[in-house]
Amino acid sequence: MITLYHYLILGGFLFCIGLYGALAKRSAVAVLMGIELMLNAVNINLLAFNRFLNPGDVTGHVFAIFVIVVAAAEVAVGLALVINIYRDRMTTQLDDFDWLKW
Amino acid sequence: MTSTIIFWLIAIIIMGSALMVVLLRNIVHSALFLVVTFVGVSGLYVMLQADFLAAVQLLVYAGAIAILLVFGVMLTVRGDIKYSNLFNRHKFTAGVVSLGLFLLIERIILSSDLLISNKPALESTVGPIADALLTDYVIPFEAAAILLLVAMVGAILLARGEGKPQ
Amino acid sequence: MQQDYAGIGIFFLIAAVFPMIVLATAWLVRPKRPSPEKLSTYECGLETQGSTWVQFKISYFLYALIFVVFDVETVFLYPWAVRFSSLGLFAFVEMVIFIAILVIGLWYAWKEGALEWM
Repeated sequence: MITLYHYLILGGFLFCIGLYGALAKRSAVAVLMGIELMLNAVNINLLAFNRFLNPGDVTGHVFAIFVIVVAAAEVAVGLALVINIYRDRMTTQLDDFDWLKW
Repeated sequence: MTSTIIFWLIAIIIMGSALMVVLLRNIVHSALFLVVTFVGVSGLYVMLQADFLAAVQLLVYAGAIAILLVFGVMLTVRGDIKYSNLFNRHKFTAGVVSLGLFLLIERIILSSDLLISNKPALESTVGPIADALLTDYVIPFEAAAILLLVAMVGAILLARGEGKPQ
Repeated sequence: MQQDYAGIGIFFLIAAVFPMIVLATAWLVRPKRPSPEKLSTYECGLETQGSTWVQFKISYFLYALIFVVFDVETVFLYPWAVRFSSLGLFAFVEMVIFIAILVIGLWYAWKEGALEWM
């Protein structure tokens, strides 16, 4: 029997893989992929809570839709930033993005 | 019983492909496994009886966001593609932090007492979602449109490189 | 309701397994005698120049960007269309405002030439 706990732990696992990707990768595009994994994990949690704690309502679904909208906007602007920086510096490696350091 | 087997199958697909996204050294392969993860999560939504969200997951994540990420890779790749997705020097620290966070999350989930409801799930979720979006969540709904507008204008401005010759 | 998805699941499974079986069979059956001539990209024709992974034009990204924005818009349009008759005029006005805001974005993209092939 699959309970709420299974879904929550799967969501937690996916979140931590995404966090690892976001922290340990050199390429800016790979970091954005890690962030997408984290947002997906959050959506799994929202829908699992909605299914098991309040199945007669769709609050979790509506929240998940807004998370998806924000993820789309975030990835669009994030990649545009990466492309803009790439044009100046010819690199997407995050270690080379050091304008704020001196 | 069948649903248990299907859950574990989907869970293994999601966890395996998510690990591949992070561990592979070719960023195009990472993007392909990202699509597999998104399709697996969509299957999980079907298990959670969220049919509309499963379709949205396929449409937006697997269909649009993954394409955008692949285009981002195509526009910025340099040098050997086989080594385009390497780890930085914080590899082990990040691993310890992620593993520690996972153990913490797991401990908190397993020790919490959740009020499971035994009501049956909704047959179809599209109609109730429409009612909620257009009555209770009107302001977030219009704010989402403004967010998309701002993101689109900003991304076009940034991607075209304003003030520089093409 | 969930039983209806079993067909889709079986379809996915067959679609994933079938090409693997075909490729594995071909790998087992075919003769393996590689020669430099066979490994060249075009056996007759011009030699290829440079690497396969070259940089693409920015126009691709701009198209994909506009596609993503309107893809997300359909997520909101679809439930509205399902409940159109019962929601009434207020929801219609809301949706008109929603679409109008995104049409401003389309107009901007058009004006900036993001829809043209440069």
